[in-house]
Amino acid sequence: MDNGCFSSPRRDFPAGLRVLVVDDDPTWLKILEKMLKKCNYEVTTCCLARHALNLLRERKDGYDIVISDVNMPDMDGFKLLELVGLEMDLPVIMMSVDGETSRVMKGVQHGACDYLLKPIRMKELRNIWQHVFRKRIHEAREFESFESFENIHLMRNGSEQSDDGNLFAVEDVTSTKKRKDADNKHYDKECLDPSSTKKARVVWSVDLHQKFVKAVNQIGFDKVGPKKILDLMNVPWLTRENVASHLQKYRLYLSRIQKENDQRSSSSGMKHSDFPSKDLASFGFQNSVNKQQNDVPVDSYNFSDGSLQPKNVETKSREGEPKGIIPQSTIAEKGRALTGNIADTNMREGFRVSLNQPFVPLESEGNRSVFDCSMPTQYSWTEVPHLQLKEDHKSLVNLGDNFSQLPLQGKQHHIQVDQSQSIASISSTPSITDEEVAACIEPKPLFADYKNDYATSVCSIGNAVVDTFPIQPGSLVMNDQSSEPISTTNSGLKTQGYNNLSSTSDLEIYQRNLLLDEDLHFYWLQGESYNMNFGLQNIGMSEY
Amino acid sequence: MDGIVELQRQLIDYTASLFHEGFLDEQFNQLQQLEDENNPGFVVEVVTLFFEDADRLLNELTKALGQPSVDFKSLDAHVHQLKGSSSSIGAHRIHRVCISFRNSCEEQNVEGCLKNLQQVKHEYSLVKDRLETLFRMEQQILNAGGSVRR
Repeated sequence: MDNGCFSSPRRDFPAGLRVLVVDDDPTWLKILEKMLKKCNYEVTTCCLARHALNLLRERKDGYDIVISDVNMPDMDGFKLLELVGLEMDLPVIMMSVDGETSRVMKGVQHGACDYLLKPIRMKELRNIWQHVFRKRIHEAREFESFESFENIHLMRNGSEQSDDGNLFAVEDVTSTKKRKDADNKHYDKECLDPSSTKKARVVWSVDLHQKFVKAVNQIGFDKVGPKKILDLMNVPWLTRENVASHLQKYRLYLSRIQKENDQRSSSSGMKHSDFPSKDLASFGFQNSVNKQQNDVPVDSYNFSDGSLQPKNVETKSREGEPKGIIPQSTIAEKGRALTGNIADTNMREGFRVSLNQPFVPLESEGNRSVFDCSMPTQYSWTEVPHLQLKEDHKSLVNLGDNFSQLPLQGKQHHIQVDQSQSIASISSTPSITDEEVAACIEPKPLFADYKNDYATSVCSIGNAVVDTFPIQPGSLVMNDQSSEPISTTNSGLKTQGYNNLSSTSDLEIYQRNLLLDEDLHFYWLQGESYNMNFGLQNIGMSEY
Repeated sequence: MDGIVELQRQLIDYTASLFHEGFLDEQFNQLQQLEDENNPGFVVEVVTLFFEDADRLLNELTKALGQPSVDFKSLDAHVHQLKGSSSSIGAHRIHRVCISFRNSCEEQNVEGCLKNLQQVKHEYSLVKDRLETLFRMEQQILNAGGSVRR
C-alpha cells in the first residue's frame, strides 16, 4: 500500500520507538534501559508485571512494543504476554536466561513475536523495531484489501465517502509507520487472495470474517480479545495471531466507519446509543438489549474508535481459551474471524486461513448465524461486514436456536447471500423475540467461557433482533446453501441439520446479528445490500 | 603521566586476566561499551546492583536449604534468578555453577544442592573481590586525571 500519508509518521523511525521493559531483575532492567536508550528508543522500565499492565492500560497508545522477562514473581511472563496481546495487541518480546526449546516454543505459542536469550546483546535490541513495523504493515495491508472491497461495495445508504474513508483508514492504519516496501510474504492475512492456501496467510473470506464478527458481537465489543474471539469462532486452523491482527484491522475499520458516520450525521438514533462508553462497543454491534432495532439504516459499523478493546481481561488470561474448541469446522465467521484466541496451539496451524476449513460449528444456541460456514474463499473481511441493511429491521437474524453446529466439514461454504433472496424476509420480523434472538444469537459456547458471554450477548442481541432473513446469496457466497433454509430458520437456524443452510443462513443471521445497528450498513459482497438493522446494541458480554 | 599510563596498563592486564580466568565474559565488555561520558559510573552502578541482588538471593538460598523439608521449586526459582542476574554482568563462573545447581534442584538432590550453594558462594566472593579491585584501579586512574574508557 503506498498510501503515503501517515497521520503521524515518525520521520526518524525507528528512533523514538516506545518500549516498555518488564523484568524483575534490577540489574537487567538497568542494562536493558541503557541499551535501548542507546538505540534511541524511548524506554520505560517496570519491575512488576502488574505495574506494567497498569501502565499499558493507562496509556493505550503509549507504547509500541513490550519486552518482558519470562520469569517474574508476581505474574508469569506468558500470561502477561497474552494479556498484552489481547488487550492492547502490541508486539511482545520475551526474554529469558533459559533457552530451552520448550520454553521458546511456549513463548511463540502465547504470541510472542520474538524470544531473546539472556545475555542480550545490543544488536538484538536494535532490531526490535521490525516487529512493530511488520505488524503495521500487515494491518495496513489487510486493511487495504478490506478497504478496496469496501470501495466496491459501497454502502448503500450512504457512506459515500468510502473512498475517502478508505484512504483515510489506510492512512490510519499505517500512520505511524513508514511504509517501506514491505515484504508481504509472511504473516497472516491476505485478504485478496482467497484461493491461496499459502502458508501463513490467512485469507479472511466472507465466511470467516462473518464468524469473526459474530464472535466479536457475542463477546461484546468492549470485551473482545483475540483469544476469546478465536475460541468463539472455533476455527481450528486459525491462530490467535490471525485473529489478533484481524481484530486490530477491524477496529480500525470500525473507527473509520464511525468517523464517516459521524460526519454523515446519521440520522438513526441508534447509533450507538447503547454502546457503552467504551469505544469498542461501537463495533457496529450495538447490542442494545432492549432496543429494537429501528429501521434506521445502519450506516456502518459503529466503531467508536475502531478498536475493539477487550475489557480488562487482565486477570483472565483467557484461561478458558477454548483450546480445541474449534471442533469441527471453522465457522466462517461472518466478518472477522477472530482467530485469536482459540487455543493458540490450535490455531497455530491454521495459519493460513484459507477458509477451506470445514465449518466450525459455532455452537450457538441461538441462531448464531452459522458463521461457521467455512468460508470458502477468501473472505476479505472487509467485504463481509458490509451488509447494507436495507430493511430496517431490527430483527436479528434469528439464527435459529440450534444453530450450533454447522458441521460443515470441509465444506467450503460460500456464504452467499443471494440478493435475490428477499431481503424482505429478512426484513424485520418482529417475530424475533428477545428470547429467540437470545437463543439464536447465543452460540453454544464451545468453551465454557463463552457460555456466559454468549448468553449475555445473546440476550442483548435479543433486541437487536435481526430478522432471519434468508441470507440470500449476496456477498456471502455460501456453497451449496439452500437458501430457503433461512426462512425456515427464521425461528432459528435450525441446528445441525443446517449444514448448508446454516452456512448461509448462519452467516446471514450472524451478520445480521452482528450488524444490528441502525448504523450499520452491510454490504454484501456483491454489492447487494440488505438493509438490516442490526441492532446489536449491547452485546453484553459477560465477563470475558 | 607515566604513572597514569602504568596504571592504565595494569588495569588492562588485570581486566584481561579476569576474562582468562573465566570470571567475566563478553557481557562485561558489552557493559563497558554501554558506558559513556553521559553516564560514567554505569558499569559500577550495574555491578553494584548485581551484588545487592546476589546477596539477597544467596540468603534466600541458604534459608531454603536450611529448611527441614526443602522446597525445591522455590529453590530452583531463586537459582534461576541468580543465573539471570549473573548473566547480566557476565559473571561467568557463577553462571556455570547455577546451571549445575539447577540440575541438582531438578533431581531434588539436597546434598548436591548444598554443594552447589557452597560453590556459588565461593565464586561469588571471588568475583566480587576481583571486580572491586578492578573498580579501585579505575578510580585510581581517574583520580590521577587519566581516563579508563576503552
